Amino acid sequence: MRSCLVVVVAAGLVPCFGLEEKSALDASFQVTVDLLKTRSFGEKAEAARAIAAHTHPRTLEVLTALLDAELYTERKTDRVVFANGLDGGGFNIRDAVTGEGLGQVGRRGAKKISVNNRLRGLLRGLIAGIRLDDKDPDDRIAAAEAIADGADSSMRAVLDARLLVESDANVIAAIETALVVFDLDANDETIRLRAIRASASNLDGRVREKLTGISNDPVASEAIQEAARETLESIEETVARYKTIETVFFGLSLGSVLVLAAIGLSITFGVMGVINMAHGELIMLGAYTTYVVQTLFPGALEYSLLIAVPAAFFVSGLVGIGIERGIFRFLYGRPLETLLASFGVSLVLQQAVKTIFTALNRPVSTPQWMSGSFELLDGLSLTFNRLYILIFAGLIFAALVLVLQRTRLGLEVRAVTQNRAMARAMGIRSGRVDALTFGLGAGIAGVAGVALSQLTNVGPYLGRGYIVDSFMVVVFGGVGNLWGTLVAGLSLGVANKFLEPYAGAVVAKVLVLVFIILFIQWRPRGLFPQKGRAAES
Amino acid sequence: MLLGRLIKQDWGRSILLGTLGVMCVVVPVANLLVPEDSAFHVSTYTVTLLGKYLSYALLAMALDLAWGYCGILSLGHGAFFALGGYAMGMYLMRQIGTRGVYGHPELPDFMVFLNWQELPWYWFGFDAFWFAMLMVVLVPGLLALVFGWLAFRSRVTGVYLSIMTQALTYALLLAFYRNEMGFGGNNGLTDFKDILGASLQSDVTRVVLFVVSAIALALTYLFCRFVVTSKLGRVVTAVRDADDRTRFIGYRVENYKVWIFTVSAVLAGIAGALYVPQVGIINPSEFEPLKSIELVVWVALGGRGTLYGAALGAVIVNYAKTWMTGAFPEVWPFALGGLFILVTLSLPKGVVGLVRSLPYWLASRVLYMYHKWGSLIRAKFSH
Repeated sequence: MRSCLVVVVAAGLVPCFGLEEKSALDASFQVTVDLLKTRSFGEKAEAARAIAAHTHPRTLEVLTALLDAELYTERKTDRVVFANGLDGGGFNIRDAVTGEGLGQVGRRGAKKISVNNRLRGLLRGLIAGIRLDDKDPDDRIAAAEAIADGADSSMRAVLDARLLVESDANVIAAIETALVVFDLDANDETIRLRAIRASASNLDGRVREKLTGISNDPVASEAIQEAARETLESIEETVARYKTIETVFFGLSLGSVLVLAAIGLSITFGVMGVINMAHGELIMLGAYTTYVVQTLFPGALEYSLLIAVPAAFFVSGLVGIGIERGIFRFLYGRPLETLLASFGVSLVLQQAVKTIFTALNRPVSTPQWMSGSFELLDGLSLTFNRLYILIFAGLIFAALVLVLQRTRLGLEVRAVTQNRAMARAMGIRSGRVDALTFGLGAGIAGVAGVALSQLTNVGPYLGRGYIVDSFMVVVFGGVGNLWGTLVAGLSLGVANKFLEPYAGAVVAKVLVLVFIILFIQWRPRGLFPQKGRAAES
Repeated sequence: MLLGRLIKQDWGRSILLGTLGVMCVVVPVANLLVPEDSAFHVSTYTVTLLGKYLSYALLAMALDLAWGYCGILSLGHGAFFALGGYAMGMYLMRQIGTRGVYGHPELPDFMVFLNWQELPWYWFGFDAFWFAMLMVVLVPGLLALVFGWLAFRSRVTGVYLSIMTQALTYALLLAFYRNEMGFGGNNGLTDFKDILGASLQSDVTRVVLFVVSAIALALTYLFCRFVVTSKLGRVVTAVRDADDRTRFIGYRVENYKVWIFTVSAVLAGIAGALYVPQVGIINPSEFEPLKSIELVVWVALGGRGTLYGAALGAVIVNYAKTWMTGAFPEVWPFALGGLFILVTLSLPKGVVGLVRSLPYWLASRVLYMYHKWGSLIRAKFSH
């Protein structure tokens, strides 16, 4: 009975006590906020610091509003309020301390609390200081960066304090960068020198900017300037190195796409001597298969690519076998005619896709595990989709080499390539081998289409953009040589990306084309020509 | 001797030259003299369309000279056509003078738009008609000469050559799309006003351009015919049929190939120069590899190695295209694609080959019937 009573009393008391506590906090906050009602920017700055130091839950809101010029004083009551402009010219106002709505006032009913740029910088720092205690590490990093940008030395203490309790490595790195930025401006020469030395491995843009400033600062001593210059040089070197690695990666990524697109062609062109201009459309079919798979299984987006790869292989492979049995079979030994006929096929396939799926690009989604990027080193990140496609191209290449070198079919394919008549005499059914080889090449084109659907728009003309490039890769590498295709694709990709910064994307491509045209004059059979009699025909 | 070679009887040739001759008379009369409400009136639109077909026919004939007689399958002949067209287009641009949208005394509209300060050096001289015509011949010719010399000297042949020519036109396509090139970028050259002082909009100019195209086609035919029936032409045909053997006999195969390739490119350039004033625009899409491949199909459909067959193929395909893209636009790619396949699989000698073999086929049928029925009849009467 007694305990019951206690509970009841306590239940009645707690809210009361809470309210009292709250209103006391509000009252002290009110006093602090009212400090803002001054014309002097210096006093406003003091007030802002005091607000930031206050424990009231609305400090962040008040400072943000002040920064965004949404903090006003109501003329009638001289209260500090949040004001949102209305269309008609008046304001919707809320009390700054309690947050309760106060209705609307006219255009002249409230007066803005003005801020200048100096104050804005301070406010950004203060806001960041508050956000530095946020739960989300990304927010804390952003806050540390904002403090570094504001460069208000009064924030140093906040950073130091946070550094003691911080456990997240990325946030620590961000805070340390901010501290280095502060130290670079220190008056004490030894601290400054230490900060300059410490920033040698720091790739942050602010640090670099500061160092550039110091190295050209006539006020700074000779030693400081010299140290800044040296550090800057070493940073520039690192940046240049990363840039090169990045360019190589982009080049390899482009190259892997070229290899994927060209490798099927290398088989059909090199092994069978037919020029399949519809190869690009087989790639396109693969990309559309990805779209269809994603549409059919909307729930399984994460696995859609894993389903699409075999599906595209079969779709394009079957179409390829159909083309081979229906057309190319009659044209062996007449490569120029296969070129024309397959071009006809490519037109028909394009129009068929246009009729079924309309001419508009189809949206293909990227699964979660393929989006985002992977940070290799500080300041050097590689996107996942390109990385996976690079790996994927490698796998496909390895699989193809294995098929051609280690399986029965591969043996027969190589036999037919070297000498069709002799192979037939040895009992190899060359017709079957032809169909299967063509199916294999076409299937790989389809698989390439799945990869491309993650990089470019999926439309009826997807393949057209790759056909000339693919032929260039095959011809450059040497017809009928898988390794040649690999080397040619990757090196052309890298060359293209290295030329791009100097010449622009289009000219880089033109230069690469011109290079190949000239290269073929020098080595008409490509980088790795086929040896033996087969090469002569 | 020469005259005899040129006028030697050949149905295809007679039909081609006869048709061109008749058209040169009938079309101008039907357009200019016959009143518009008459059933025999030919509209200016049709005249221009026919003129366009004729310039395409000239282009096809140029390709046939290289492909049909020398075995050089160029997938980049559209590039030479477009270069000739651009040279003509540049002359026509200079003729606009201050009548452009911006009214700039010196620069064409697109250069004013791009804030260019002065005319690039390669535009100088195009005010003069004779200079532009020289360029129509020289630019494609030189490009073909250099490309051919490089390619044929190192014995790049067959499929490789085809792919390289395709790369050539693709590279030019990319380059001409750039505004920095100074050829109007994406939009190309257009808004032409007049040629040699005559307004391009007037019926008379259109008819004259048509007649010039027809005469050019006829002259080109006679010229090509002269080339292929000359001793040089015999060697060229030998190169087509057996490259190695011709070389072993002692001919410099590469020189013949370069020569034919260059002549063919020059003719393609002339075709482009005829095409542009009639169509009124030249833009980079003419460099599209697709267009060059389509051109090959015109020749293949008409019948390669006959010259007039190429002209016939160009007219048939383009007429079908004009008609179909108007009537059933979705069906046209199917039709064109199907045509590619059909021609390569079942018409290796094209329409001309089909028509030529028709009498033999008929004769063989008649003989067969005669033989079969004859024996039947004899058997009946012997009883």
